[in-house]
Amino acid sequence: MIAANFTNTLTFSTIDADAGLAKAFAMKPEAIVEAIGNANLSGRGGAGFPTARKWASVAQNKSTTKYIICNADEGEAGAFKDRLILSDFADLVFAGMTIAGRAVGASYGILYLRGEYFYLKNPLEEVLRKRREQGLLGKSVKGSTGFAYDIEVRLGSGAYVCGEETALIESLEGYRGEPRNRPPYPVEVGLGGKPTVVNNVETYAWAATIIAKGPEWLHGPGGKNRSLPRILSISGDCERPGVYEVPSGFSIVSLIDLVGAPDARAIQIGGAAGYCVPASEFNTVITLEDVATGGSIIVFDKNRDMLEVARNFLEFFAEESCGQCTPCREGTRRLLEGISKMSEGNCSTIFLNDLCDLGDTMRLASKCGLGQSAPNAFLSIVKHFRDDLMGRSSKPSPLQRQDHHQFKGAVV
Amino acid sequence: MSSTIIDNPDRVPLSQKGRLKETKSEGVKVTVDIDGLEVTVAKGTSILDAAKLANIRIPTLCAHPDLCVAGLCRICVVEVEGMRTLQAACSHFIERPIKIHTHSKTVRKARRHVVDLLLSRHYGDCYSCVRNNNCELQSLAKEYGVDYFRFGHPEKAMYPVDYSSHSVIRDMNKCVLCRRCVRTCIDLQEVGCLEAVGRADKTMISTFLNKPLGDVVCINCGQCINRCPTGALTANDQTDDVWAAIDDPKKHVVIQTAPAPRAAIGEAFGLPPGTALTYKMNTAARFCGFDKIFDTNFSADLTIMEEGTELIIRLFKALVGKDTSVKLPMFTSCSPGWVKFLEHFYPEYIPHLSTAKSPQQMFGAVIKTYYAQLHNIDPADIVTVALMPCSAKKFECNRSEMVASGFKDVDYGLTARELAKMFQEAGVDLPHMADSDFDDPFGTATGSGVIFGATGGVMEAALRTVIELITGDKVEKYFEHADIVPVRGMEGVRKAEVKIPHVGPVPALISSLVPNWDWVKGATLKVAVAHGTANARRILEDIKAGGEFASYHFIEFMACPGGCLGGGGQPVPTNADIRAARARAIYAEDSAYLIRKSHENPAVTELYSKFLPEGPCSRKSHQLLHTYYTARGKYIS
Repeated sequence: MIAANFTNTLTFSTIDADAGLAKAFAMKPEAIVEAIGNANLSGRGGAGFPTARKWASVAQNKSTTKYIICNADEGEAGAFKDRLILSDFADLVFAGMTIAGRAVGASYGILYLRGEYFYLKNPLEEVLRKRREQGLLGKSVKGSTGFAYDIEVRLGSGAYVCGEETALIESLEGYRGEPRNRPPYPVEVGLGGKPTVVNNVETYAWAATIIAKGPEWLHGPGGKNRSLPRILSISGDCERPGVYEVPSGFSIVSLIDLVGAPDARAIQIGGAAGYCVPASEFNTVITLEDVATGGSIIVFDKNRDMLEVARNFLEFFAEESCGQCTPCREGTRRLLEGISKMSEGNCSTIFLNDLCDLGDTMRLASKCGLGQSAPNAFLSIVKHFRDDLMGRSSKPSPLQRQDHHQFKGAVV
Repeated sequence: MSSTIIDNPDRVPLSQKGRLKETKSEGVKVTVDIDGLEVTVAKGTSILDAAKLANIRIPTLCAHPDLCVAGLCRICVVEVEGMRTLQAACSHFIERPIKIHTHSKTVRKARRHVVDLLLSRHYGDCYSCVRNNNCELQSLAKEYGVDYFRFGHPEKAMYPVDYSSHSVIRDMNKCVLCRRCVRTCIDLQEVGCLEAVGRADKTMISTFLNKPLGDVVCINCGQCINRCPTGALTANDQTDDVWAAIDDPKKHVVIQTAPAPRAAIGEAFGLPPGTALTYKMNTAARFCGFDKIFDTNFSADLTIMEEGTELIIRLFKALVGKDTSVKLPMFTSCSPGWVKFLEHFYPEYIPHLSTAKSPQQMFGAVIKTYYAQLHNIDPADIVTVALMPCSAKKFECNRSEMVASGFKDVDYGLTARELAKMFQEAGVDLPHMADSDFDDPFGTATGSGVIFGATGGVMEAALRTVIELITGDKVEKYFEHADIVPVRGMEGVRKAEVKIPHVGPVPALISSLVPNWDWVKGATLKVAVAHGTANARRILEDIKAGGEFASYHFIEFMACPGGCLGGGGQPVPTNADIRAARARAIYAEDSAYLIRKSHENPAVTELYSKFLPEGPCSRKSHQLLHTYYTARGKYIS
């Protein structure tokens, strides 16, 4: 496994998984939320929403039934950090979910596991069984005064869109995995209509870590808190692909050094839904803070045809769109058709501009994050590699994938 | 919440279970800025509704006033200051003062792109489409200046057209995936035979295992047709067959016209909803070449006689004779959509259904027997056409048991839309036609027949007749102007109790039905009315659970919201206002009639004396005017 081969030391391995849990029971629920807020923990699934705000709104809700959901539907292209965390630090994630339950007043947690990670289901359930044996889950969790909490693992069916929190909830409820209208957000109307916290695997692990380490851990110089480190899944054309924990503010140049990619031509930050950054911009001020990332970094070296990179990402979206809203359902397919035209040398500049306009519309008018981010890769590749894309002849270039297929039913 | 399930805001739409947030404004008002205009609305109002108040038009496609919000076509996007993305006006509910731009550059471009994209998967030719000039996609394309197919246009069909149903034709090539049909089928009617399947651009609206519509639990109500923005769902058009019959000199083509289309057909000619065109339609139909024009109201009155009689017999057998094989409450059987609904979803309640045929089928049987004898026409040469507000009537006339006359009782069921099309083809300017009357011998109709077109009408007609026949009093003694108001209206379920104070001299026609009439004295008749199969489900579930409706005597069910006037064969579009206008026209026509009670219809009396001398529910009437049902169940092989 890539992740097992190359990884630096994760903070998670330096703490006792349940240290945070014990501390949390000594704290008032509001104090837990405050501690998370002081650490500036933001969602690690990609959207980066402040975790404490999410928890606080569920905590304030008067509903007697609330849910904690762990989003382990790690579907982003090139993201595999959650898989590593679930394999190596499952206890920490479950401790984080329990702490969240205690903080917001929920008594049930669900871990929504990506369909392709089915092999993790049994090990995770084994961890849960042990935790129940140890009294860390159950009618009265050890160390608490009558706090009931249990966690269940549920398996997805392989839809990328189910990583979107409302689609995930639909899927849990047994419906088609399609995003809902937002607002209302899950913190108000979530699973079964009840207030629900949905956070990423890494977010729960950090939450447990923050409580375990205590407030001193993040104290930086000048009384200001340091930012939390980030965990990245790095893959592609590099010598040491793997899962890396890097300090906040880490630049792309340092990253390239870390994984060994001297020939990098571009990197894709944030997976298929993210942006493509060309080598010319590696030295600029771009840091990982600037781009919302689900932790996925893909490196492309000088042998990569950027048109094929764009095609690859768009094929992914044209397959994974839930089919609900027009801009995403049809737009992804039309952009992909545009790529085909380009590869045949049939795409006029006017049409390329139309496609870019369409991309802008998709970003603005799509219903959920999937559609809104689907054109990102395409648009950034067109922006930075326009010359690469245009001016092809109908004869495939040596860099072009030979087996690229035409799309059935497509109008070219 | 701006989304409403027809007339029953408390009902949770099944397709949106748990998804909708209860937005209670609690009297809080919010002032928003829409394109520089200040509008004050209740908190929780959608941007779409707020813009309506300011007379600003925001285009919609997936939104429908009868259905819950979906927010998926994205044509209604607007710019809300401070928000990163555009917001769908239909599904963004105002919580705080915001500034909204409904036609900024970004918005206009996004809308045009949405239309471009919808057209890029919409296969079909406007010229040959039944919805030409009445298509929401076509209008949007015009409105948003679609000058060419920017992102392409399919050149060949991707899906075969499903012609399997007698009533509803599905052409998925024209589908733009707005899912109004899905929400209609699941939420509004609670039938649930349509749902979206597949992902991305392979998404399509499908039936169970993509089986033909004729083989699934579709009840043919056609509500999906009324709400489809394009020509993807249409009724099975039989106008060419009818023209062929008219053109055949050997054929004697008669048309019976139901009450509901009269109040609606004008909409196809640009008249406002609720313009009654009964007598102009007669002239127009003659102009087209129909040999005789009859009024379905006649057989509606006949239905009342048969069904009312059946009710009395059932009440006697069940209440006095304690016969447990006779089931109460009795259910009406005039709505073929409702009948199929019951056959599929509640087959165990079939014994509750009145055996009386629907007015359409009674008329067909009478025309091919009594009328044929009377005029000495070979019934084989008679072609009966029925103008109905209904798509399910097409299925009904094709039921294999509907051959009481020895022939197919009703040959063709036409929808109001199809007759309008025939009129147009014949060059008829319907609004300016002269008036003319129906043909004899079924020319006389009553107000009771007319109100069959509205929900509660069958019940009102039945009560008028039952009260008068049993008590010997005029119904006006109990209800002013014979208007039985408790059963009228658009509430999903309505209830009424009618006390029978005394028994008068019972007319000879029915006096021998039961050995004595004393049991009725002082009795209270409990009746209820439901329209829309979702409301029917409420009642049936209540009866199943032994609730209050289990003790009722007679319940009227109509498959379509609003009754026949909201039927799946009526002009498109439909909404609560349109249905209310049609209802007003129907009740106005009722009060204008001299004879307003079915049993006073001289044509009906004549039919009984000349043709069915043994009276209603006799052996012969059972043969011709009654039917049986099939327990279909909801499992599809």
